[in-house]
Amino acid sequence: MAHINVPEGVPGIRSLVMFRPETGKPLYDLAQVLLRGESTLTPAERELIAAYVSKRNECMFCMSSHAAASRSLYKDERNMVDEVLHDMQHSSVSDKMKALLNIAGKVQILGNKVTQEDINEARKYDATDKEIHDTVLIAATFSMYNRYVDGLASWAPTDAAVYDEMGDRLAEKGYVTPK
Amino acid sequence: MPYIPLVEHLPGITGLLEYSKDTAAPIRELTQILLRGPSTLTEGERELIATVVSKGNECKFCTAAHTAAADVLLGEHETSEKVKQDISTAPVSEKMKALLLIASQVQKGGKNVTAALIDAAKKEGATDIEIHDTVLIAALFCLYNRYVDGLSTITPSDPDFYQSLGERLFKYGYNRLPQGYDHLKKNGVEQH
Repeated sequence: MAHINVPEGVPGIRSLVMFRPETGKPLYDLAQVLLRGESTLTPAERELIAAYVSKRNECMFCMSSHAAASRSLYKDERNMVDEVLHDMQHSSVSDKMKALLNIAGKVQILGNKVTQEDINEARKYDATDKEIHDTVLIAATFSMYNRYVDGLASWAPTDAAVYDEMGDRLAEKGYVTPK
Repeated sequence: MPYIPLVEHLPGITGLLEYSKDTAAPIRELTQILLRGPSTLTEGERELIATVVSKGNECKFCTAAHTAAADVLLGEHETSEKVKQDISTAPVSEKMKALLLIASQVQKGGKNVTAALIDAAKKEGATDIEIHDTVLIAALFCLYNRYVDGLSTITPSDPDFYQSLGERLFKYGYNRLPQGYDHLKKNGVEQH
């Protein structure tokens, strides 16, 4: 049971956004621009950063839904997602993505954990200012979403098929506020 | 030194929001609704939530900025200082204590918010929407604090900087200034 009176049977952040649509709109707009807006990181890569941070924050709902979105977007390379979530450093993701995921992992702990060395490592693999900025902001944003979703004890379905469907929808339609 | 090139006359969060205006727009909109929109919590009370969370996340810039904003709104410095030291003995209502305790658990992790903490807030008369907004304000500052420190933005040391920033947040809230921020350029970094 959620801590507040949100609509029943609606999972995760959707139930919270239906409870308070005024704040829901900018929350969804932010996800859309960060994860689907113009960027040299693909939507699949950005969803992977979101899933990675959500996993580290132990937010089951966000981890499962963004992992599913990333799998759907990676298509034939969908195994990448589970490799990274299982063991990022030994996964087959690119060195640049490893460096960016390392920064995201530091941000998840606390902003001041990100060091100049972490940034230099990403630059070594040609990460741009904008890519570094977006990585930090995606990680910071999911540190917000994860706390919002779990801090109000919203409902997280346990059926994997529910997330597969959610992932396909997020891959296809992006972040559209529930009506 | 920030990890990415940001304009020098806008330290802390402002330079980041100007660097990436397309992501700044929904962040500003959300903040304006939560901290300045219609609510049964006062603006001062909501700034105290932002302050306590920023302190917990060790973000010096945000802590100083929202302390200053709370002080301007409350008309004194004592409450924000005491709230940062010890919520349970701070000069705020029992309901606010319960909400601030929820916020400080959100700062640590969403799952740390127990049903007992929620019940305690409800017993002091907190409504569902007050609890919702408390959790979301706390979560939002977990974003800001990580954004500001994760890119190593400049934290001015001059207390006057935060006094002026607090007054600006009191007067104009969190929307982007219609005239932009070029007028702050005149005397370098310490200007605002």
